[in-house]
Amino acid sequence: MTTYTATVTVRLKRGVLDPEAETTKRALERLGFELEALRFTERYEVDLDAADADAAAERADEMAERLLANPTIHDYEVEVAEA
Amino acid sequence: MIAVVQFGGSNCDRDAVRALEDLGFEAERVWHEDPLPDEATGIMLPGGFSYGDYLRGGAMAARSPVMNAVRDAIEEGLPVLGVCNGAQVGCEAGLTPGAFTTNASARFQCEHVYLRVENADTRWTRAYDEGEVIELPIAHGEGRFEIDDDGYEALESEDRILFRYCDEDGNVTDDANPNGSRGNVAGILGDTESVAVLMPHPERASLPELGNTDGRGVLSGFED
Repeated sequence: MTTYTATVTVRLKRGVLDPEAETTKRALERLGFELEALRFTERYEVDLDAADADAAAERADEMAERLLANPTIHDYEVEVAEA
Repeated sequence: MIAVVQFGGSNCDRDAVRALEDLGFEAERVWHEDPLPDEATGIMLPGGFSYGDYLRGGAMAARSPVMNAVRDAIEEGLPVLGVCNGAQVGCEAGLTPGAFTTNASARFQCEHVYLRVENADTRWTRAYDEGEVIELPIAHGEGRFEIDDDGYEALESEDRILFRYCDEDGNVTDDANPNGSRGNVAGILGDTESVAVLMPHPERASLPELGNTDGRGVLSGFED
């Protein structure tokens, strides 16, 4: 078994309104910054033991599928690296 | 007996019991770690902030073991009603389609809204007429109903939309949409007519002394 860190990045699907990101963008503009758009993601770093990287990725994928992301509004991606 | 499931952070459970009792039901709060009582004839998932809204409103409660018992109860045909946080739990648990997410305003909104009854041919709406306008309170930060195109079309074609946000005269407009919900949707049915969720609070508009009893019709849906 090897210890891996699976990084799960959860973001709103394109086209789904993100009021928090909009509010943050306006706040940055109030501070004088110029920007076109701002997106907001959530990133989870999961340390886990697995036989290989594929097994670690598979387990993290299931975590995203079952809890970390809501498939109605979110897309997600999983990256695995040895811890 | 109507079981009102109490999660850590539920805060409308007592209101729900009191409103149900005023309607003549026996009602009891049931802690989510306890088994559902055998004598339960209906289940209510009340409002609140279960698990502090960690991750997403309702996300944690939706994965708690009591929800397996709720699924079994639905299989047996028991009526289940999710209100506010209970509606978020219902969608997160897949009892109803779509998701309730951050209000378009990005603010918590506590106000009275008007709702148009879209389908009066369900146990939860049979007390009203189709097209009737009722007034209920809302109190939520994550009440914007989102669903993909196919899901929305299915809800419409299967007549599963119970209520839409509207103005006082029943016009469904953007201005009357408090949270940016798709299609002004405020409440929907699950796969069966016995399961419903809505963001507004019928239990807060059910006691005569509160000056508005428009919500009684929804709660009376627990009657057979």
